[in-house]
Amino acid sequence: MRVALFLTCVNDTLYPDTGRAVVKLLTRLGVEVDFPPAQTCCGQAHYNTGYRHEAEPLARHFSDVFGEYEAIVTPSGSCGAMVRELYPRMGERARAEGRGSALAAVLAPVVPKTYELTEFLVDVLGVTDVGAYYPHTVTYHPTCHGLRSLGLGERPLRLLRAVKGLELVELPGADECCGFGGTFAVKNADVSAAMGADKVRNAESTGARVLCAADNSCLMHIGGTMSRLRVDMRPVHIAEILASTEEEAAG
Amino acid sequence: MSGRERVLGRVRRALADVPREEVPYEQAVPRGYLREHGGRSVAETVELLAENLADYRALVHRCTDTGLPSLIAGLLRRHGSASVVVPPGLDPGWLAETEVTRVADTADGTPRALDGVDSVVTGCAVAVAETGTIVLDGSPDQGRRRITLVPDHHICVVRVPGQVVASVPQALGRLDPARPLTWISGPSATSDIELDRVEGVHGPRTLEVVLVTVR
Amino acid sequence: MSGTFVGMPAFPRAARTAVRDTTLRGNLRHATRTIRGKRAQAVAELADWAELREAGRRIKDHTLRHLDRYLEQVEEAVTAAGGTVHWAADADEANAIVAQLVKETGESEVVKVKSMATQEIGLNEALEAEGIRAYETDLAELIVQLGRDRPSHILVPAIHRNRGEIRDIFAREMGAWGRPAPEGLTDRPAELAEAARLHLREKFLRAKVGISGANFVVAETGTLVVVESEGNGRMCLTLPETLISVVGIEKVVPTWRDLEVFLQTLPRSSTAERMNPYTSMWTGTTDGDGPRAFHLVLLDNGRTDTLADEVGRQALRCIRCSACLNVCPVYERAGGHAYGSVYPGPIGAILSPQLRGTGSEIDASLPYASSLCGACYEVCPVAIDIPEVLVHLRERVVRGGPATRDGNKVVLRPAKGHAAERAAMRAARWAFTRPGALRAGQRLASRTRRFHPRTLPGPGRAWSASRDLPAVPAEPFRDWWQRTRGGKDTDR
Repeated sequence: MRVALFLTCVNDTLYPDTGRAVVKLLTRLGVEVDFPPAQTCCGQAHYNTGYRHEAEPLARHFSDVFGEYEAIVTPSGSCGAMVRELYPRMGERARAEGRGSALAAVLAPVVPKTYELTEFLVDVLGVTDVGAYYPHTVTYHPTCHGLRSLGLGERPLRLLRAVKGLELVELPGADECCGFGGTFAVKNADVSAAMGADKVRNAESTGARVLCAADNSCLMHIGGTMSRLRVDMRPVHIAEILASTEEEAAG
Repeated sequence: MSGRERVLGRVRRALADVPREEVPYEQAVPRGYLREHGGRSVAETVELLAENLADYRALVHRCTDTGLPSLIAGLLRRHGSASVVVPPGLDPGWLAETEVTRVADTADGTPRALDGVDSVVTGCAVAVAETGTIVLDGSPDQGRRRITLVPDHHICVVRVPGQVVASVPQALGRLDPARPLTWISGPSATSDIELDRVEGVHGPRTLEVVLVTVR
Repeated sequence: MSGTFVGMPAFPRAARTAVRDTTLRGNLRHATRTIRGKRAQAVAELADWAELREAGRRIKDHTLRHLDRYLEQVEEAVTAAGGTVHWAADADEANAIVAQLVKETGESEVVKVKSMATQEIGLNEALEAEGIRAYETDLAELIVQLGRDRPSHILVPAIHRNRGEIRDIFAREMGAWGRPAPEGLTDRPAELAEAARLHLREKFLRAKVGISGANFVVAETGTLVVVESEGNGRMCLTLPETLISVVGIEKVVPTWRDLEVFLQTLPRSSTAERMNPYTSMWTGTTDGDGPRAFHLVLLDNGRTDTLADEVGRQALRCIRCSACLNVCPVYERAGGHAYGSVYPGPIGAILSPQLRGTGSEIDASLPYASSLCGACYEVCPVAIDIPEVLVHLRERVVRGGPATRDGNKVVLRPAKGHAAERAAMRAARWAFTRPGALRAGQRLASRTRRFHPRTLPGPGRAWSASRDLPAVPAEPFRDWWQRTRGGKDTDR
């Protein structure tokens, strides 16, 4: 299977460790991963801030870059949701505006074969025990787009429960948004910060040392809040936990 | 231009994108939802009604038709009632064993006069088990809407199982929209203080429902 | 009264104050959390919730798409049943109709059932100007009216008040409006409810004119439906001689049978009850029972403008349950007043900018009052995709374009204050369609990373006032990939 890693622009720039972890994990599971270097950004920030027309060329570019692969895997619930949920909508809107079906046709091929990482592992590869070892107490925050747009459900938790050495503790108010919300974090900084602080306090109350999620954008907000509030916890992307083994333990 | 023409004109212009020949109403709405939730026997449905009425703080009593007059007399006595409003078509036998003052439900009575009456006894049109609801439709045994509103104590007689349905869809099917309808689920209540339910505001603070089995 | 929203500041500024008000935060947190859990339980009781939700969505969509036909049917049925139908294109027209109808009765006071439509048009203030006093009779509305306050929630307008504050308002203000609060009133909810009962009873008993809204209007029968809890609705709907109902044109449902959907979904979504204590249904007038005169005022006031927008029109499906408010993390922290409208919370954020347009500062800021977490869509009993409409309205704000205002097609200009953002978005689009440019930027960031601060000056403070910045890595992933061909060439 020709599998492409769609790392996302945020991970590429700020969280290369997550990308390395995905490559390591998938390789270990026998998947040959390619990283098409022409990839950039799915256009989510543009779209969600009201710049749908600016997002269209990015979506076309995405389709150009990834269209030939059999599966596209991304370690981001929100960027995965952008492709799966919002690319079809962009096509529909263009059609409704009298611009024909060209955009819909260009975007259609990538939609069904884009998978968020945990979906790809559980649904496509059919594994829940990925042979990982991570001797830490972990609490899991389901990010909103993963939870509600993609419907990841139990998949991340099933994967985490199968990790050796990992103690999973439940996060109170887990399904509440952390307050990141892309440009919301700066446009409504006070509310965003209040939501982030509540999320961190809830995480802290679990006694876990690691807060895990499947989206680094949310983790950037939560982690930034933890560090500011001097809470002794670390944000860690689920890929890094799943990639970690007894031979090569992640921090 | 009249308000009517203006509003309707705006509606029509707003819907310029809607094709004239769209799917008709009958096909536009999928009715895949249930006619009732769970399959219950008649007795179980009555049991559920009793449970749900009680859950929302209605006081539930059960008796046979021969025991009804004494039960009603006892309820009025226990409430300390001196007077009771009587709908025009109420079975006179129901009040045969009580001595309290009868007040007729008439068109020229005033709300203020009703405010001085302690209780009201009525029948009902239908009762809904799943929601613990009784529905009044202004029939002669139920009277005008205000008589079950202003007095602080309402005794409502439900004939079981004949007047009991399982669900809201079934209840609507039995009701006539041309009649004034009042759906009652427990005594008056509010959630307006900290979104927590408190019973007893403007409607009757005590709702007693008598489930009467006709022998 | 201070019950108006004119000149409200933009959402972020109003929210900043609310976020720092610890009493308000506590009140909202307590109330919304109480109801959230209960709603989930009440919904879980129905195995066919998804089907009911879908049916509700389809009924409303179908009605909206043929609204002209159904409105004419309503008019015909209500008239045949002895009612009189009036049409109001905007708030001023509606207020003038109601004021005139009240004057014709010779009365100078009215009792009111809680109604969003009459709040939206500012009916109480308009009646006051005509020398008519309107008494709110819903407990929460009474708290708001006595406290000279503004509503902050659709279902529970005084949700921002806790029991202690309510006690103080009752003790202080009731005397000026009628029967004073009992001596030694405590903050027990049952006692507060009792104080309201006593205070309002004399008003109900003498009232000659009642004013209401309606939750539903059935086109085929002309039946109006009011869903309530306290019995104040029944008082206003049945004791007065004249009843005037002001109802938004989107409240229509085609058939009697359609109520079987909404009478199941509305109570569970709003108060988390299997059924609310009282539901009244009436069709025109009934001889010898209830009001002798019934007037239905059908209200547009921006609804047809909303209807004209193919994406935004779904907001008109709303049945005003407030489940979206109760579940919204932004509402919980910002409070209802920050939304600058009688419609707060997620539904308000898509309804107000459509009903009123995006011209004012507050209305242009509302589409951004959301992290797009989607919890509102998830709980909505008529499946309004609130995030979709929010994003659509953001586009209208930043880009402008065709819209309908007061029934006229207009082309909106992009809102002011987004120029820098627009430039940044365009620059990002430029870079993101050129991988080489993106890579150059990433490398520059990595090479200068030792000089990056953990906090930012200027506009960046919006982020770093509460959050540290992540450290920029030594090299972006793509460089590592190219250097090692995905780890194959490393020394691992």
